[in-house]
Amino acid sequence: MHRRMMAALGALFVALVALFALAQPASAEGETIGGRLENRAEGTRTPISGATITVVGDGFEGSTTSGDDGTWLIEVPGQGDYEVTLDVATLPEGVGLTDAEKVTVVTNVKPPTKNRIVIFPLGQSTAKTTTVWEQAAQLTVSGIQFGLMIALGALGLSIIYGTTGLTNFAHGEIMTFGALATWTLNAGMGVPFVLAAILGVILSGAFGWLNNAGLWKPLRKRGTGLIAMMIVSIGLALFLRNLFLFFYGGDKKAYAEYAGLAGWEFGPVSLTPTDIVSMAVAVVALVVVVLVVQKTRMGKATRAVSDNPSLASSAGINVERVITFVWVLGAALAGLGGLLLGFSQQVSFQMGFQILLLIFAAVTLGGLGTIWGAILGSLVVGLFLQLTTLVIPTELKSVGALFVLIVILLVRPYGLLGRRERVG
Amino acid sequence: MDWGYILSVMVVSAFGVEAIVFGLAAIGVNMQFGYTGLLNFGQSAFMAVGGYSVAVTVIEFGFNFWVGVILGLVIAALLAVILGIPTLRLRADYLAIVTIAAAEIVRLLVRSVTFKDFFGGSDGKQSFASGFFALSPLASDVSLRIGPVALNNRQIFVLIVGWAIVFLGCLLVWLMVRSPWGRVLKGIREDEDAVRSLGKNVYLYKMQALVIGGMFGAIAGFVYAVGNEAVSPDFFGTDTTFFVYAILILGGAARVFGPVLGTVIFWAIIQGTDVFLRSAIDVGVPVISLMNGTQAAVVRFMLVGLGIMLLMIFRPQGILGDRKELALDAR
Repeated sequence: MHRRMMAALGALFVALVALFALAQPASAEGETIGGRLENRAEGTRTPISGATITVVGDGFEGSTTSGDDGTWLIEVPGQGDYEVTLDVATLPEGVGLTDAEKVTVVTNVKPPTKNRIVIFPLGQSTAKTTTVWEQAAQLTVSGIQFGLMIALGALGLSIIYGTTGLTNFAHGEIMTFGALATWTLNAGMGVPFVLAAILGVILSGAFGWLNNAGLWKPLRKRGTGLIAMMIVSIGLALFLRNLFLFFYGGDKKAYAEYAGLAGWEFGPVSLTPTDIVSMAVAVVALVVVVLVVQKTRMGKATRAVSDNPSLASSAGINVERVITFVWVLGAALAGLGGLLLGFSQQVSFQMGFQILLLIFAAVTLGGLGTIWGAILGSLVVGLFLQLTTLVIPTELKSVGALFVLIVILLVRPYGLLGRRERVG
Repeated sequence: MDWGYILSVMVVSAFGVEAIVFGLAAIGVNMQFGYTGLLNFGQSAFMAVGGYSVAVTVIEFGFNFWVGVILGLVIAALLAVILGIPTLRLRADYLAIVTIAAAEIVRLLVRSVTFKDFFGGSDGKQSFASGFFALSPLASDVSLRIGPVALNNRQIFVLIVGWAIVFLGCLLVWLMVRSPWGRVLKGIREDEDAVRSLGKNVYLYKMQALVIGGMFGAIAGFVYAVGNEAVSPDFFGTDTTFFVYAILILGGAARVFGPVLGTVIFWAIIQGTDVFLRSAIDVGVPVISLMNGTQAAVVRFMLVGLGIMLLMIFRPQGILGDRKELALDAR
């Protein structure tokens, strides 16, 4: 039994390494300071080109202008302290620093960092005034958008929990996997984005199958406890996240196409074409999955297993087959969520990890193991996250959402749509 | 390759400040998870409470260092009660999710620009530990060399006090778990309903274990703050908590010396791997030298993840534990 487990784990490891061998490690020669100018007004990320940045320090002075994708890079003579200044006058109209003190950033280049990244907090210029209602409209739309992305992760987490009882801390890494696989195909190998995205979803589903077949199925056969499996999933998450970091480096990556499109104005709301397509794809995927679970034979079997695995088994349902189906479906959804999130947040090794707690919040809010609950909970969390920025600083929006999670558990531990059963 | 250097780094890391900090945090988690079966995934929040209490009390309020220590313990106990009230009546995974969320809340608050004047934002807080070092009986020229690694008088003092606290903590845990009170805790871990049917207030016992474990977390935070003479918010992320769990599982949960043995071995392996890979890259060992320095630094964290998985699957009782005693299962 041990040998088979080792073989399975080994196969999982080899498959992962093979999958990521295509990625190139980040490397560079001389010391540089660089960054990417982006207008992050209300959740959008539009690159800003043609802005001037000056670097002064250690008798060195150099300046550059940002490129079409907003990136800028200045080679500096060596290690030391530097002052990086953004010329606000060269910014496009309506864009300004959200924190006026950050016009000059003091930074240093010292080992192990050779390439220092400097970010200027850019957003809507305070000169342009919008009413609270206009802001609220924009935030509502971006909240729904983010909520849909959360829902794609939450639905998978919830049905896997429902059928196997596993609280999977490595679910965020499946989302990262989807985004990184798509990015590798698209930006790394030149596959058109739409095809890369379809392949990314398929690969994510395959990754879910591998997770189940290589790790969770053998563990279930051994009768490993649920808490023990939860801790195993933490180990897996830590391992995968650092594996991604190993092969892809810590920087954020954009897809080769459709980056930095101009927004379309719908009254007070501005949306890029990618925002609209992302939302549409997410809605279609969620509807399809809900229909599959509600209407098809396999979906009915899934619900039966969620309800009572032993009873389902004795009724002739192949429980392991249902669990495999659920893993593939859940992972494909999570991968889709991750790759769509790659548009608004860019692709990075920890994107899934950063969203995982919000997914937990959404699933708990809606009721663990329920399908509609996961979707409803996600939309509530997404809207709450964005709309609370009207009152609290943007950097603390997650605090609000996580606080609500704790309050919900206090008053309604079975969630909004969960069944009122004993959870203690 | 300089094996002597690698070995001395391993020895120093095995007994260094980090080993003490994570050892103390693991003693706390052992109380909660090992003996009572409570999944506290927010130990980093309690460590942050300890570290920041000392820093903020000394720098912002100008109080004595020891006022900060007492305040830290009180706030940690309060935090445990606040987190325990909604979750200790629920299933085990609810406590896990709430504590991990609370830890993120604490980290985001202390690193936020909004509270920068108070908590120092992402830079954290520095130079507040002079009240502690004033007690040091060691002359300023005292130093200790272990191979090529040298320790100054301040570092030696932190290590002496730190390990003394670790062993006092172990003694305390030993006294507690062998008492009737400790037997109730183990009973709750094995079968909550059976203990309840004997007329014990399970909720109250769980709360006590959570508070005591949280206070050990705060003590770990003190040692971290004093040992580095600084607190930085990103140390208190969820990975820190997961490392604490890795240490506890490695050493053996529900064993008094499990956390101590775990932390010593954990840090020797972690820092040893790092130094080994770096010197292997310098020397140009085939295959390994294909990595760059940044990648080499990541390998140890992959090892932690893999270690947690393999231990939990093949040896959940760790080195010292008893498999029969550790009936980890969701109820």
